[in-house]
Amino acid sequence: MTEGSSAEAELSVRVSSIRITDVTQDGDVLTFAIASQKLNSSAGVCVFRTYEDFDWLQQSLFSQENLPGLHGIIFPPLPSKALPSQSNTQTKALKQLGFLALGQAWQSYSKALEFYLQQVATHPTLCKCNALDSFLINSESPGRQRGRKGIFNRLSQAVEEMRKESHKDVDNFFQNERIKNTNLAALSKVATEKLLDVVMTEQKLALACGHFSTSLHLCVNQDDAAAVAFSKVCLKLSDIIEAVKRNFEKAGSSNLSTLGLGLDLESRYQEAEKEMLFRRTCKLIELETVKKSTEKAKANKREVMEAFQKAVEKEFSLISSVAKQEIERFHSSRVNVLKNFLIGWCEQQLNTAKEFAELYSQHLEACRNMYTE
Amino acid sequence: MSLCHFYPSLVIKFFRVCVCVCVELKMAASSERSPPPFPDSEEPELLEDSDEGADAFTGTSISEMDSPSPDSTRPPKDIFNEPPEDIFSDPLSNINSEPQKKVDAKIPSPSSDEAVDLFSDPLDDDSEVMSSPEVQNPMPDLLNEPVEAPKSDVLGEPPVHRDAARQQDVFEDPPKSSSKSSSVKKAASSEMFGDDDDDEDLFKEPPKVVTKKPQPSGPPVDVFTEVKSDVKVKPQVKDDPTDLFAEEALTAPAPKPSAGSSSSRTNGVHSEEQDLFSEATVELSLDSPRNDRKNKDAVKPSVSAPAAPVASSSSKAPSKTLKELEEEESEDKFDLNISITNPEKVGDGMNAYMAYKVSTQTSLTMFRSKTFTVRRRFSDFLGLFEKLSEKHSQNGYLIPPPPEKSILGMTKVKVGKEDPSSAEFVERRRAALERYLQRVVSHPSLLQDPDVREFLEKEELPRAVSTQALSGAGFLKMLNKATDAVSKMTIKMNEQDVWFDEKIQDVENEEQHLRKLHVMVESLVNHRKELSGNTAVFAKSVAMLGSSEDNTALSRALSQLAEVEDRIEQLHQEQASNDFFTFSELLADYIRLLGAVRGCFDQRMKAWQRWQDAENMLQKKREAEAKLLWANKPDKLQQAKDEITEWEAKVTQYEREFERISATVRKEVIRFDKEKARDFNRQVIKYLESLLHSQQQLIKYWDAFLPEAKAIV
Repeated sequence: MTEGSSAEAELSVRVSSIRITDVTQDGDVLTFAIASQKLNSSAGVCVFRTYEDFDWLQQSLFSQENLPGLHGIIFPPLPSKALPSQSNTQTKALKQLGFLALGQAWQSYSKALEFYLQQVATHPTLCKCNALDSFLINSESPGRQRGRKGIFNRLSQAVEEMRKESHKDVDNFFQNERIKNTNLAALSKVATEKLLDVVMTEQKLALACGHFSTSLHLCVNQDDAAAVAFSKVCLKLSDIIEAVKRNFEKAGSSNLSTLGLGLDLESRYQEAEKEMLFRRTCKLIELETVKKSTEKAKANKREVMEAFQKAVEKEFSLISSVAKQEIERFHSSRVNVLKNFLIGWCEQQLNTAKEFAELYSQHLEACRNMYTE
Repeated sequence: MSLCHFYPSLVIKFFRVCVCVCVELKMAASSERSPPPFPDSEEPELLEDSDEGADAFTGTSISEMDSPSPDSTRPPKDIFNEPPEDIFSDPLSNINSEPQKKVDAKIPSPSSDEAVDLFSDPLDDDSEVMSSPEVQNPMPDLLNEPVEAPKSDVLGEPPVHRDAARQQDVFEDPPKSSSKSSSVKKAASSEMFGDDDDDEDLFKEPPKVVTKKPQPSGPPVDVFTEVKSDVKVKPQVKDDPTDLFAEEALTAPAPKPSAGSSSSRTNGVHSEEQDLFSEATVELSLDSPRNDRKNKDAVKPSVSAPAAPVASSSSKAPSKTLKELEEEESEDKFDLNISITNPEKVGDGMNAYMAYKVSTQTSLTMFRSKTFTVRRRFSDFLGLFEKLSEKHSQNGYLIPPPPEKSILGMTKVKVGKEDPSSAEFVERRRAALERYLQRVVSHPSLLQDPDVREFLEKEELPRAVSTQALSGAGFLKMLNKATDAVSKMTIKMNEQDVWFDEKIQDVENEEQHLRKLHVMVESLVNHRKELSGNTAVFAKSVAMLGSSEDNTALSRALSQLAEVEDRIEQLHQEQASNDFFTFSELLADYIRLLGAVRGCFDQRMKAWQRWQDAENMLQKKREAEAKLLWANKPDKLQQAKDEITEWEAKVTQYEREFERISATVRKEVIRFDKEKARDFNRQVIKYLESLLHSQQQLIKYWDAFLPEAKAIV
């Protein structure tokens, strides 16, 4: 991975300093406070962006002109739009955003956006885009002048996909990559969903524990000695269940903030790679049709056609070479990212387990003493 | 008029009072011939209490007893002055004051024995100086008013208000006749004595009484016949085989030789006591033999404890010993381990059933050997419960309810071959049955039941058939609810016992709370199961992801992770069943047990109702008698009188039964509460242990996984 702070970088902020520090919700609009540090000074920059601004950035990246092999780039995936007011129907939000809908006050969502920005900024080609710099620095919101809808329209893609996706590739490398990508994209999506289920259940359990713990207080009665003894047991149990609740909460949130986000990112990146591969496949198909029509073309047009075919061929090979680099880059980076998430997750789980094991043994001690008294 | 039919009962009650006093006197050694009068008038109340309910009511009765005779210059005042004013309406108070004075006058007189000896004194006079009319004249007065005065205060708390109310009724109906003048009253009383066979006999033809004795008559007759002859009473005493006091009568001959009034008194004591306690033993014979024995044990020491110089202390003694006995019983850690294992399907198809191995390990001598094993099926357990509740629930015992019959669960077991849900059902039932049996044997009284012993020991049990008709506890619960609703509608029990009043409310609240908790725990368990399921699916998908991963280190780490998640799934599953067995089942058990507690309260209520019904019946009989008196139909009068005596006996019996059942229920509920706290604590500890174990396992798993994650390149 090349750092965005290389010599030719037009990015005027330090990549590692890009943070989303705050989210404010105003009706349906989420506003993110994005803080970063200037390269040449310690001065911080803070701008406020809405999702529309992010979308504008993404579209600007898509529609960069005079950038050869643009189609071969794996664009960092931008999370889909969050609709706070509609997301009170939580199931819908979950379906749409998955993990990103969880967490307190859109924290995981802004984490994902932050990650997106960092990925864009670290990308060797994309970081040179002017749009990114103005996105990060201009206090004026850039998204107002709606960018043209990019060349990559997801909807049209979905229609063509069925037909073109199974198209045999000329290059074995890409053929294999496509098969693997389809496979991994599906699997990582499933894994993400399953982990999401686990986290949801943990949250439900925490909730149930909370109810149980509060209900135990109802049994408290100070009438006589036996009732007091029973009440003590109930209160103790209430404490314990409260601890169990916190245990679930903690385990759940660490699942969410580490592996959850990691898997989500992985699955979205796989999708991004898929899109890139698809774009390349489209180009390939285009090239093949051009070739065919060139063969069929009459003599007078043949020259024009051949020139056109050459141009397309050139473009395609450029895309392919960019794509190859991108894929390699992607593989090494995703393994690294996943590794970090896995380690972080494991450590958090370990800490949680240790913390609560300690807590439970304290409770156990107290309980045993309580009855010997 | 209504006075007439009313007084006999008062007379009886007053005699009981006398008798009680005399018991104490006898306890206080016969040499102490004339103790201070006041303590005696106080004592009856104490004895009255301690006789029956002392074991449970010690809290109150002891405190009452602890403020005994010597310094009691106030109590008599209470008894003789205040209550009458409370009880009687204004016009009557002047009448009352009359006898009061007489009583008061009599009390300080040193020549007469006790204040309460009012009767025995005149009686003695009667028997010795038979024909003197002056003696007879004061009698009615004494018999009429003073009787009421002490009675209302002296006899146990519950009847006080009722009696008072009744008295008021009595006096309000014919207020003029009684308030007009003492002459009218005298007329009435003389009429009473003229018409009343017993009294007539007693006061006019004493020899006749002796001949008439065989006639089935109430306590008064006994008392008076004994006044006539000691010898005649004794055979009667001996006749009763269950009588505890037969022994006592024989072993305590000391009072007999003493002449005159004292001898008549002591004899009266014996006969009356015999009467009281023969009733008691009749009731006791309904109880388990064990209970009977216990009571005997408890009573005997009190009887054979002549050392106690003060009557009150000796009356306290039995209650104490009774309590001690029970404490010993509960503290005497029963070394009895019951486990139910090896659930086994016997037979095929719909006739199949599960048989369980019931293994007992004990050092108790009541069992034939130290370890023994029997095979029992579910209906045997239900059968045991039914036998136990048939025998014991009417006495207010808390019979632990067995697990409910589950047609659905059992059908699954019958039909399904190796279904996990049916295996779970069987395990759940096995554990429930084990807990049920353990609860039964941990009950000191139930353990002594021959049926329990038989259940644990006997190789073959007769097949319990009756349980098939009703679906176990579910049916009982339904029944309980029905009776509950009915009793709530029909029985307006004005609860005099604050403890019960609060406890009933508590139990109801608690049941609701436990139900709520049960729902919570159920949802907790379900979520746990869900978590376990989800973890398993996640593990699978991680394994898939790992298998299609190119990067070898990452692939390895992912498949390791899948394994870890698989183990965690196991942990969740274990924890789910832990949650279930430690809490859900515990709560379900206690909801059932609370139902049983309410059943106990209902039994007590029923006993109360029976007593009240008897009281009402007695009242009716008395009214009928009064009508007969007015109508001057002497032919039916005798029958009416017999009925009254019969119902009076019943009232006394039922009242005692009620007090006994109250005591038992109270004891049982206290025991239940204690057990509950202990049980819950035990379960909480168990739960914590399982939680701790889970966490430790988790630590192990993650510790093992961490290097794998770090090894990813």
